[in-house]
Amino acid sequence: MISAFLFRGLAGRIAWVAAFIALLGILVPLSNLMLPSDHALYVPDYIVSLFGKYLTYALLAMALDLVWGYCGILSLGHGAFFALGGYAMGMYLMRQIGSRGVYGDPILPDFMVFLNWKELPWYWYGFDQFWFAAIMVLAIPGLLAFVFGWFAFRSRVTGVYLSIITQAMTYALLLAFFRNDMGFGGNNGLTDFKDILGYTLQNPATRAGLFAAAAFALSLALVISSAIVRSKFGKVLLATRDAESRARFLGYRVEHVKLFVFTLSAMMAGIAGALYVPLVGIINPGEFAPANSIEVVIWAAVGGRGTLIGPIIGAITVNLGKSWFTAQFPEYWLFVLGGLFVAVTVFMPKGMLGTLSSFSDKVKSLKPAPKPSQTEAGEMRKEGEAS
Amino acid sequence: MTVLRALLVCLVTLLASYSTIPAAMADDLKDAINALAEGSLKDREAKVDALLETGDDTVVPVLTYLAEGDLYFRKSDKQVFLADKTGRTFSLTDPISGDVIPDISKRDIKKVRVNNNLRRQIRDGLSLFALNSRDSAKRLAAAETIYKAQDASALPAIEARLAKEQDAQVIAFLQEARAGLTLTSDAPEEAKLSAIEILRDKGGRQALSILNEAAETSEGAVKDAASRAIVAIERMLAIWNGVQNIWYGLSLGSVLLLASIGLAITFGVMGVINMAHGEMVMLGAYTTFAVQQAVQTAAPGLIDYSLLFAIPAAFLVAGAIGFVLERGIIRFLYGRPLETLLATWGVSLILQQAVRTIFGPTNQEVSNPGWMSGAVELAGLSLTWNRIWIFFFALAMFGLLFALLKRTPMGLQMRAVTQNRNMASSLGVKTPWVDAFTFALGSGIAGIAGVALSQIGNVSPNLGQSYIIDSFMVVVFGGVGNLWGTLIGALTLGVANKFLEPFAGAVLGKILVLVFIILFIQKRPRGLFALKGRAVE
Repeated sequence: MISAFLFRGLAGRIAWVAAFIALLGILVPLSNLMLPSDHALYVPDYIVSLFGKYLTYALLAMALDLVWGYCGILSLGHGAFFALGGYAMGMYLMRQIGSRGVYGDPILPDFMVFLNWKELPWYWYGFDQFWFAAIMVLAIPGLLAFVFGWFAFRSRVTGVYLSIITQAMTYALLLAFFRNDMGFGGNNGLTDFKDILGYTLQNPATRAGLFAAAAFALSLALVISSAIVRSKFGKVLLATRDAESRARFLGYRVEHVKLFVFTLSAMMAGIAGALYVPLVGIINPGEFAPANSIEVVIWAAVGGRGTLIGPIIGAITVNLGKSWFTAQFPEYWLFVLGGLFVAVTVFMPKGMLGTLSSFSDKVKSLKPAPKPSQTEAGEMRKEGEAS
Repeated sequence: MTVLRALLVCLVTLLASYSTIPAAMADDLKDAINALAEGSLKDREAKVDALLETGDDTVVPVLTYLAEGDLYFRKSDKQVFLADKTGRTFSLTDPISGDVIPDISKRDIKKVRVNNNLRRQIRDGLSLFALNSRDSAKRLAAAETIYKAQDASALPAIEARLAKEQDAQVIAFLQEARAGLTLTSDAPEEAKLSAIEILRDKGGRQALSILNEAAETSEGAVKDAASRAIVAIERMLAIWNGVQNIWYGLSLGSVLLLASIGLAITFGVMGVINMAHGEMVMLGAYTTFAVQQAVQTAAPGLIDYSLLFAIPAAFLVAGAIGFVLERGIIRFLYGRPLETLLATWGVSLILQQAVRTIFGPTNQEVSNPGWMSGAVELAGLSLTWNRIWIFFFALAMFGLLFALLKRTPMGLQMRAVTQNRNMASSLGVKTPWVDAFTFALGSGIAGIAGVALSQIGNVSPNLGQSYIIDSFMVVVFGGVGNLWGTLIGALTLGVANKFLEPFAGAVLGKILVLVFIILFIQKRPRGLFALKGRAVE
């Protein structure tokens, strides 16, 4: 049954993209590790790390697309779930340092010794085990999203209000994690990691492995998301996005639908964060900054929301641009990013992929009369509701 | 004899109350100072006492120089001078006239000798000297210093001063100082009881600590009275503490009000999510900076009033940018609130980077004008002038905006468009222009808020970012589309923040407020003062 469910997710382009990403996850590490460094197809170490990071961003953007593109919930707090997953992984990596830290304490992380703490706080227990940390990577963002969503959707907080309170949520977490007595390293966050599952993080092979993990996670998440939006449940999801009241009157428990997607999406974001932290080697409260979460939204918007593949392309494109600009013209990056926000929303509301496919639709439908697509009709109805 | 002395004292005090020193007195003083040159060290003690008795400020430098060993007399006429060594020679200053005689050789003058006894006498004497100063403000300050220091050796001087003091305020201060000293001494019970009463009426932390000490060391009636007084004082302190928290909260609330009131128009009235609102505030603050620079170079005399020029300038700058923003971007996005949010966020990034490129990434200094700096003391509270100004400025802005919306044709059109766009349009209201001007108005007010905020915080490109989330919280909490809601919301959140701070800390307090708002929106999704009726949906 599950395989049938997933099989449905492989419909259309999704199958190709998922296969391509999975293939990248095999070929890039192989090329990095097996080929000599002067070979034409050799992928250098820094590219592996950089693109590994982009893949985790892509996973985050796709998770956001699941709630925004398919359920109409514009979350401005997905960075919080990403960061929480990252912190859970960071805590595991921190415990793995053991007595190799600066202060050499076998149990306490360096910053706790520095703050003169005598005992490990209770919420750090268990993080020396990878399986426990892996569960927490899913459970903590999932639980937060569940509780938050349960309150918010039940009292029918929608639209802009929801966006603003998700932003308030990540802002509150930002302030909280900056506090030293929270026990998460305060301002500096968690860093100086040594190894993961016994493999040294500095080792190119470990990086290649992390790249493969990120690629497989993204590929799998893409198939699962696609399967969900193509299932019967996915139809309810779209109905909720396009005409929430009508879906409710038809007898669907709209808030349950939203809650499920929101929680699932938060868990995916958590996984993305957990893969991100070993690749970049640090997690600090800055990841909770509301600006980060909004940037994720623009990745999804640039690529094309409501397409699942679009946000992946958008995240990688925008971040490539960011890396290039911040290296070449650091002064102008914010102009470009800001311009991107404006241009995409005003001129390309469907993003790169949506514009491309509506263009190809137009070409195809030159002969028969064009009929309005479902999403456009939904947009119009939403306009009516909002005004 | 005593009658005669009392008369003399009266006469001296009367004379002392003249601001200029009469010639006869100046001569006496001169003789008294010059007398220091003669006699033995032992005689000199009496002479120093006599000088201290005069209560004349002229003797302060004389005695200070004497203690330092820098007091010399001229051998020729035995006149005493303040000597400052400049290279090999001395420059002498006449202590009374202040005339300076430069280039005096060491051979022509002789030091007035001094020993440790004299030094101690001078030090003690000078510390009480202010108590006998001609200036009543100085006497007040001296009495307060003694009260704070709890210097028991000052008791006789206080008694002496009380006998001849006439200024009611100084008398009250002296009595309080005496009460503090009496209570810790071994004075009789009645004196202590009356001292407790005086201290209880005085209140404050110092009185509390004195009374605590008294309650611990004494017994019987004094102990009981002291304990009762402690309770009374603590209650007063708690009340003042509450008042102070309320004031700080109102002050923070007025800042929030200023920052969010423009948003209340664009978001509340028009339904536009303007994430660049904070940047309008920032632009207002930078306009203030630019105006200050311009005034500094063009008309330095008006620098204290540069804020008055900055207010209209900031309104125009932010308003113009708001107008362009509405015409250029936002009008294409009406009915798509989430897209508006993203586009305006992009604009905010561009504005931030633009300001960073033009003015540099560091903080800019905007100075406080004279009439806004300093503080006013009010019964144990210290209120800074800039906070007071901002509080009333925020209220004034609110009143103006309210009047504009309710009393002018433009306000009428704005409300009409808010309530029913199609109907307003068919009745001849040019809705696109109303939109543009409403947005410009909201942005302009944000610019004015920037003028005020430049007075209490850093002016940096990130200024707006620190206010944007708070502003949204205020508007959402107060209820969209309702100016009263914004007022109440801002003040409530300000006061709540300041009341949480003492026991939760500033950061945790803020987190608690955020969590509270998140929960509050669950309960009342449309805010404190929700719009009712069909227009809501």
